[in-house]
Amino acid sequence: MAAYLFHRLTGALLVIFGVTGIVFLLVHLIPGDPVEIMLGESASVADREVLRAALGLDKPVLTQFYHYLGGLLQLDLGTSIHFRRPVSELLLERLPATGLLAAATLAVSMALAFPLGVIAAIRRNTAWDSAAMGFSMLGVSIPNFWLGPLLILVFSLWLGWFPVSGHDGFVSVVLPAVTLGTGLAAVLSRMVRSSMLEVLGEDYMRTARAKGLAPHRVVLRHGLRNALLPVITLLGLQLGALLAGAVITETVFSWPGVGLLTIESIQTRDYPVLQACVLLISTTYVLVNLLTDIVYAWIDPRIRIGGGQ
Amino acid sequence: MIRLWIPFGVLALWALMTAGGQYLSLTPNLIHLDSILNTPGSGALLGFDDLGRHIDERLIIGARTSFLVSFWVVGLSVLVGTLVGTVTAYLGGWWDRVTVQLVDVFLAFPGILLAIALAGLLGPGIDNIVIALTTVGWVGYARLSRAQVLSLKHREHVQAAEALGSGKWFIIRRHLIPLMAAPLIVEATFGIAAVVIAEAGLSFLGLGVQPPEASWGAMIRDGSRYMLVAPHMVLAPGVAIFAVVLSVNLLGDRLRDRLDTRMVVDTGN
Repeated sequence: MAAYLFHRLTGALLVIFGVTGIVFLLVHLIPGDPVEIMLGESASVADREVLRAALGLDKPVLTQFYHYLGGLLQLDLGTSIHFRRPVSELLLERLPATGLLAAATLAVSMALAFPLGVIAAIRRNTAWDSAAMGFSMLGVSIPNFWLGPLLILVFSLWLGWFPVSGHDGFVSVVLPAVTLGTGLAAVLSRMVRSSMLEVLGEDYMRTARAKGLAPHRVVLRHGLRNALLPVITLLGLQLGALLAGAVITETVFSWPGVGLLTIESIQTRDYPVLQACVLLISTTYVLVNLLTDIVYAWIDPRIRIGGGQ
Repeated sequence: MIRLWIPFGVLALWALMTAGGQYLSLTPNLIHLDSILNTPGSGALLGFDDLGRHIDERLIIGARTSFLVSFWVVGLSVLVGTLVGTVTAYLGGWWDRVTVQLVDVFLAFPGILLAIALAGLLGPGIDNIVIALTTVGWVGYARLSRAQVLSLKHREHVQAAEALGSGKWFIIRRHLIPLMAAPLIVEATFGIAAVVIAEAGLSFLGLGVQPPEASWGAMIRDGSRYMLVAPHMVLAPGVAIFAVVLSVNLLGDRLRDRLDTRMVVDTGN
């Protein structure tokens, strides 16, 4: 287990380093001068040079990268050009909203995916199955920047059950979470179904039925538990899609999270903030995947013994 | 089989709108001030938008945007990804290790986040969207073709070709790529659906084509401000995206069953 842990940790660190490098290059190699944006076009050349030196932008790119990395290690993400405040402060403000949205989305998608997937599997090739898989197909194909406005139209404007946008009490998280959760539920329910189908054919399922267990206990205790492992892995992998989808969904609902901050930073050309947002979301994704792998290896000895090659 | 006619029909219509849109003498930018936000039926099939423009005509021009972007992004991604994945996996050693590491780093960016950041930095425009989405898109094909080559390169027919003294490039072209075509085609089909959504998503965020050019995503963005008075502005482009993406996914599913390819498990590191 220790060898496996070490192998996975070094791998993740290397990836995070690469991600940091790409995000840094992204901002520094692309046309557009941040100094010009900060001072406006009418600023004098002397003023520009002073600011450039103050920001360290006159140094070679490698030196800048070195400084940036040094700052990151001390959790110093720079200062926002637009808000004139430390970027880390801004991120900390926005994190709870995105965390709440992500948690609610996971809850919604699992509440949808597990019943659908299990029913589709035990009633294979019936109308139940096609209905559940039809829903899954629709869920994958509907873009969340369309589903969001549709839900607002029906549930906020016509029925008036939920607020149109913003973060105002617990009810306001419902529509964003459903918007973001539908796509995830669609992918998950397919996985639950195929994983359940595999488990249903196992010998221990027959044994459980043969010894007279009630059908629902056979399915839930013996079936679903064993079918869970691949679903957990997929959940970890799908979290990335969820975080990226949050950028769009938060924009639709004006949900004050990290995703909306990303879009705002693009609109205001606030490079340090954009850099930090992309870095934060990607690093979270890498760490969650690492955690999924470790939990998976911990649960299933076959991986930690055979893996880590 | 009859169920496949509908998706085929939708996609044919999509291609037809792209190819034939310019011959229809449309006036998608013509403003009818007296018809602003008018609902469908009143002078135009799908009504008018917030500037008094025909929504049906803008839908046709928008089809062109999404078709061209998907064509270029999927085409370039398949080309670059397959080339990189195949060549480095076949050469092996140092080349392969560097590519695997690079692919891992790109895959660490969730979904279209990198494309959003890139499109935002490059500025709006259809060519910048293609660049941003291709930068993100090639990785999947590289990984898929790498996994394929790793399992193919020890097959007898490749060894025979090597023994006969065939060049590396010849073996890649004649003995590896033809055998990898099926899974790549399936992947590329689903890729079209992903790019249609991604392009519309970028345009929705205001990072795509700029007005007065039309994009389905930008139409949804404009429409979401007038939802109470003119829901048709959001409904029409949304149905269009949904229909195209659903059709592509249905065909992709069928194609996958038909070619019997399962997603190849990554054999990397």
